[in-house]
Amino acid sequence: MTFSTELEAKFARLLASYPPGRQRSAMIPMLMFAQDELGCVSAELVNEVARRIGVTPVQVEEVLTYYSMLHRKPLGKAHVQVCTNISCLLTGGAELWEQACSRLGIGHKEVLPDGSISLEEVECIGACSWAPAIQVNYQFHHFVTPEKLDRLLASLRNENPHAV
Amino acid sequence: MADPVKLTIDGRQIQAPPGTLVIDAAKRAGIEIPAFCYYEGLSLQAACRMCLVEVEKAPKLMASCTLPVAEGMVVRTETPQVAQARKATLEFLLTNHPLDCPVCDKGGECELQDMVFRYGAGESRFTEVKHHVEEKQWSPVVFYDAPRCILCFRCVRICTEGMGVGALGIVNRGVLSEIAPNHGDHLECDECGMCIDICPVGALTSGAYRYKTRPWEMEHAGTICTHCSNGCKVTLGVRNHEIVRGNNRDHSGINGEFLCIKGRYAFDFFGHPERLQSPLMRIDGKLQEVPWSRALAAVAAKFQEVKGRGGKFGVIGSTRTTNEENYYLQKLARQGLGTNHIDHHRSGDLVTLIDALSGRPNASLATTADLYNAKAVLVVAADLASEQPFLSFQVRANYRHHQARIYVVTEKAVREDAYAAAVVRGGVDGVESLRERLAREPELAILFGASVKGEELRKLVEFGSSLSIPVKYVCLLDYSNSRGAIDMGLMPELLPGCRPSEQPGMTIPEMLACADLDVLWVIGANPLARGQLASANAFAVVQEMFLTETALAAQVVLPASSAYEKTGTVTNVTGEVQRLASPLRKMGTKPDLEIIGLIAKEMGLAPLMGPWDAGKVFDQIRQTAPGYNLPLPAIASGGAAQTAALNGRVAAPSRPELIQSAANGLFESGTLGRYSKILHSVLEGRGRT
Repeated sequence: MTFSTELEAKFARLLASYPPGRQRSAMIPMLMFAQDELGCVSAELVNEVARRIGVTPVQVEEVLTYYSMLHRKPLGKAHVQVCTNISCLLTGGAELWEQACSRLGIGHKEVLPDGSISLEEVECIGACSWAPAIQVNYQFHHFVTPEKLDRLLASLRNENPHAV
Repeated sequence: MADPVKLTIDGRQIQAPPGTLVIDAAKRAGIEIPAFCYYEGLSLQAACRMCLVEVEKAPKLMASCTLPVAEGMVVRTETPQVAQARKATLEFLLTNHPLDCPVCDKGGECELQDMVFRYGAGESRFTEVKHHVEEKQWSPVVFYDAPRCILCFRCVRICTEGMGVGALGIVNRGVLSEIAPNHGDHLECDECGMCIDICPVGALTSGAYRYKTRPWEMEHAGTICTHCSNGCKVTLGVRNHEIVRGNNRDHSGINGEFLCIKGRYAFDFFGHPERLQSPLMRIDGKLQEVPWSRALAAVAAKFQEVKGRGGKFGVIGSTRTTNEENYYLQKLARQGLGTNHIDHHRSGDLVTLIDALSGRPNASLATTADLYNAKAVLVVAADLASEQPFLSFQVRANYRHHQARIYVVTEKAVREDAYAAAVVRGGVDGVESLRERLAREPELAILFGASVKGEELRKLVEFGSSLSIPVKYVCLLDYSNSRGAIDMGLMPELLPGCRPSEQPGMTIPEMLACADLDVLWVIGANPLARGQLASANAFAVVQEMFLTETALAAQVVLPASSAYEKTGTVTNVTGEVQRLASPLRKMGTKPDLEIIGLIAKEMGLAPLMGPWDAGKVFDQIRQTAPGYNLPLPAIASGGAAQTAALNGRVAAPSRPELIQSAANGLFESGTLGRYSKILHSVLEGRGRT
């Protein structure tokens, strides 16, 4: 399996950053970086990562299925993660979640047919001080209100998603 | 060794070496601390929380499976607080565990059931609907029922660590966690069933055994596996005169908890529909069923007649029959029929090894226990994991538990590569490149395959001696009593105990090629699967379980019992003699010992041969075969005793050209393998038939 030069460089740095014989420690970051590039974790990628760090594919599966941020199916170009954990819940997170579902017409871990947006209800994303919070890909949106959410979704739909 | 640690468990003063876990120290003192995830010999998990104990001065209950003993420690294993904690743990384990014990295979020998019974966690405060998932079939022999699983990780660890396969993992998390096979929806592995055996509950069940019986409805007979040469002890569960289960129930014997697919499942040749149950005689050119009396009379008359006119006999013995049968057969052949034309299918050059070892004080034959204890192990020209599964397990366990250095010299990649200290790809000459490293080892065990024979083997032994360290050898062989066939003199050039025969007779290829052979007597072998019988007039008598190529060419076929229906002893690849138990008998068959005895009796040779009683024949073996004067109590109590070393040269020519291993893989076992549906189903599942 071949990856971009940048990703290969990242992999090389990762594998060198652990003591000899501990290369399996690179599993999670490798999967994350590869997922960012490929859109999801494919069976082929599982085998490739297993081969590079010297574990069995089923050991990669164990990690892959444990962590909710690793995905087997491709997500939307903008992955909207609405937190409904305690702090966000108390400040309207649940309502934001309902709103996002009804505006987009999709539910938890679903993707719009055009592949532009996917939706996920997530646990705490560590932004309690700025609750309610929403994360789009790696970008945070703080003190989200229903109006801000509408604007955000509209911009994700209409504009170039990469501009978010 | 460091001073032992003194501690108190349940009011008893106990000593244990430093580093011992409390659960082990208690076990050695006869105090049982229950545990699901803890399993001796595997890595620690501390997942199940059943082994909690009270430790004085510790603020909370401690998991005794990960707690090393400490000086002055005071442990209590059964207090109200401990019982309360275990009861609560069980209540949690039962949150989603179905209460289907009445239909569960494990019911009656389930560790969870036992614990719930013991701690009375019969009621639950959980009122939620239990999380249910459908049962899955992962292979012809492995089924997984996720709701029953208590996630103890034993199966994952035994597969990864014990077997070195790593076919199982745990996927998802929380309540959705479950065991997963290595290929999505199915397993590709050794199919050894170790995961099923080690499962404390009924989550992993066996395709061969499931829903056939309850454990308490079986009779259990501990005998020796009849497939490969490793000689694993196997407990046959027998119900209604059928074998329904194979496992090593009490983990006794040389193999402990280990069994491979053949030992655990491939007993099904016993009940194969094509099993011969009546003697057959060639009448009007066709094999027809006849009574035993008629078949035996015909055989005896022919033998008598050929013997009378000084005709030629050829006798081919088996690598699966008992020592007693082999001894009895060669005695009748040599002393009764007056022929030295007796041979068996040779799968390893043990004779040359014994000869080469003579006069070398630092060299001897290894036992299976030596493979577990040796500081270093060298594997030469052998795929242990595929062909010698228990020896492979021992070597791996030695590496896991004792950090033994493993050296590999093979043509192809083998499982041992993964943890070997050094790997050399190539022939036996490759050992030279390891000379310096091996010479620095305190001791060495060398296992070598069938391709190392004759002069090459002598060179290997010479190499071993030149290291100036104690070296023990294992000459790998194919079948359950391949070793016994050599020791009992099923060879034209050797009498029992490797004493040279004065008038060496014909070997198998010579018998088959002999144009004026009068009688070919084959016991549990199939020489015509590979060769042609040259003599058109030879009267072939075959003692066999199935109509093999050889049986189809016979004049008389006598239905023989399998090793699972016999008493007697067999000698495994490392020369350890063990006893067979006979829990049952296929109707219509007779053990080969009895058949040979009846033929001798019909010929009027009963006084010469003595009774066909395995114990009596073994007495004769002990008296006449060098190396076999073994301690009877060890064998009679179900243990193993290694044959004594033969000190001295073997004064017979080495015949390396006759040695050819069948190289049976995990799912093959010669004739028996051809008649095992389980082995076939696994091969078919992989598109290899």
